[in-house]
Amino acid sequence: MVEATGLFNKLWLVPAIPLGGALFNCLLGRRVSNLVVSIVSCGSIGLAGVMSLLLFNALLKLPPAERHIELSVYNWIFSGDFRVPIDLLLDPLSMAMITMVSWVSFLIHVYSVGYMRKDESFARYFCYLNLFVFFMLLLVLAGNFLVLYIGWEGVGLCSYLLISFWYERHSAASAGLKAFVVTRFGDFFFALGIMLVFVQFKSLYFGEVFPRAHEVLTPAMATWIALLIFGGAIGKSAQVPLHTWLPDAMEAPTPVSALIHAATMVTAGVYLVARCYPIFQLTPTALCIVAIVGLLTAFISASIALVHNDIKRILAYSTVSQLGHMFLGLGVGAPTAAIFHLLTHAFAKALLFLGSGAVIQALHEEMDIRRMGALKGYIPSTCWTFLIGALAMAGIPGFAGFFSKDAILHATFVNGGMLSWLIMIVTASFTAFYCFRLFFNTFFGEKRWDSHVEHVEHPTQVMTIPLILLAGLAAFGGYMGVPHALGGADKISSFLAPVFPPAHHTDGGSPSKALEIILMAVTSLVALGGIGLAYFFYIVPGGRETPGRLQQTLSGVYKFLSNGWYFDKVYQVVFVEPFLKAADFFWQAVDNSVIDMAVRGLAGFILRCGEVVPKLQLGLVRWYALSMVVGAVIIGYFYLR
Amino acid sequence: MITANQYLMVGAILFAIGVLGFLTRRNIIVLLMCIELMINGAGLAFVSFCRQMGSLEGQVFVLFAMVIAAVEIAVGLSIILLVFRNRATLDADEMESLKW
Repeated sequence: MVEATGLFNKLWLVPAIPLGGALFNCLLGRRVSNLVVSIVSCGSIGLAGVMSLLLFNALLKLPPAERHIELSVYNWIFSGDFRVPIDLLLDPLSMAMITMVSWVSFLIHVYSVGYMRKDESFARYFCYLNLFVFFMLLLVLAGNFLVLYIGWEGVGLCSYLLISFWYERHSAASAGLKAFVVTRFGDFFFALGIMLVFVQFKSLYFGEVFPRAHEVLTPAMATWIALLIFGGAIGKSAQVPLHTWLPDAMEAPTPVSALIHAATMVTAGVYLVARCYPIFQLTPTALCIVAIVGLLTAFISASIALVHNDIKRILAYSTVSQLGHMFLGLGVGAPTAAIFHLLTHAFAKALLFLGSGAVIQALHEEMDIRRMGALKGYIPSTCWTFLIGALAMAGIPGFAGFFSKDAILHATFVNGGMLSWLIMIVTASFTAFYCFRLFFNTFFGEKRWDSHVEHVEHPTQVMTIPLILLAGLAAFGGYMGVPHALGGADKISSFLAPVFPPAHHTDGGSPSKALEIILMAVTSLVALGGIGLAYFFYIVPGGRETPGRLQQTLSGVYKFLSNGWYFDKVYQVVFVEPFLKAADFFWQAVDNSVIDMAVRGLAGFILRCGEVVPKLQLGLVRWYALSMVVGAVIIGYFYLR
Repeated sequence: MITANQYLMVGAILFAIGVLGFLTRRNIIVLLMCIELMINGAGLAFVSFCRQMGSLEGQVFVLFAMVIAAVEIAVGLSIILLVFRNRATLDADEMESLKW
């Protein structure tokens, strides 16, 4: 443990500044102009970003073994043995996270100023957004489980508030509720996991739990704790079977989808598993389950994304799928690759979402890609930045997503076996196909707009600049982790390596460079194939009929996919409807007729008594005196008997 | 020799007369007098116990009780005076408007 000194003493400022912004917007936001609100909210996130860069610089100057700084800000709970201070922990993992979170948030805040400029609840929006950043930074900087849990629930709250931001729309309100309830289901397991950790270790402090994990925990107990914690991650990171809330969460304003439901909050589950990796390492069972869940999620949601027509839902399913990639990476023993993919995905997906926001606004709230097309000539800057995002997402060599996805696929091939690798290859082709299906349908081909679109609304400067910056990150962000096989230094892996115990930070064994290059070539070819197919379907004249014919010949499959593998329908029948029926029964039969009757009966009885007893009060002094005497005689009789 | 029991008996009789008078008479001034009788009956019991036990606390209590009785009479009589001015009666049973 290294005590915080110098600049690191100011670590608490990183989450505190966004909190200050949130408080300002909450208390004064409605009284000041939108300009002040934008300056305060973007400024506070920007300051946190600058702060995190300064810390990054300071951290890099330390030798790798000492890059583990702890700061105890405040003694929060002191009760007997149970001591929980507000601990902050800065190590390469949280450093990478806060840098990404603060800067992506900053760009999205700036973009939001343009996107939300006409909204009445401008200040409320920025208040929630700043609050979200505060909780997210607290989550990733947490030095013990309870502080992490505060951040965890806090981001869930902000997610709920922002999904239901336009609460007068019924669909938005119910989507918020769904997200809240479904993620809470996962949080329940996470809370149980934290309690189990406390029972086992008598401490929640990371510095006491993780180093002693291999001594204290039996393999079975490690598996239980790991699985309970992973339950929380499944809910928050929208993994199968709790992924259904994320596509509905697209009711939120688009920048929120970019920030919370693509780049940051949903990756909290990945971060959590990476943070608890010393526990997961003790239990191959749990790691295997993590890998299987990730694999299934990646495949299922990529296949759903193939057939959806809503621009944001495609991206949402894509997000779910990419999160599945990250969990697969964690499960096959490549946590650095997972975190690397988390970072590059954050850049690319934030870019794609912000681009889709610009498209949606250009066509006046149109979200169906069947009614878009030909936007390249109207909003070229959005088009080209979107292209970079799509290339990065598809995993085309040279762009950010390529390096990280390749690292995961390589680890899968080495540790996960051939079958899972093949599934991931199919998934990679799906990914490339749906990204470019989206891209071609939106920006190319003929105009298929609705008649009510009279003019295309151009994105303002504050919207295009973040797009360009994010495009830069999506294009070049991958160069922090060029693998050794391509002659790179894989800086991100060696930077993150001290966090993860040595046996597992390599991708398992010592793979030959030739194998790695062959695998890369295969994934790249598959991705190019997906793009080519999309090109053939949607750009080549006459190609457009092919998907229609396919849809008819494979109508069963199409229906299956467009209903999202019937997850929602099954949940509706298995959970929601029985629950509603039970709730109805308890309301009508139990509450109304049993409990209410009992309460009303008691109240009625007392009322009736109240009508009888006052009759004794006659107003006659001697009557009162008589009753006192009688009473005194009775008491005296029993007392002196 | 008069024993403490005899004093106590006198006190009890005084108290009982007070109670009976209070319950049977209607004139409000008489009611006040009956209360005085009860207080004095209780005071007599105090003093006789006090002599029997050879202590002084009971005497002090009685002195207090007498002072309080005097105050009570002063307040009570002034209330009665006001009631009489307003209602022109001293009958306790006619003052029965303060009820449920």
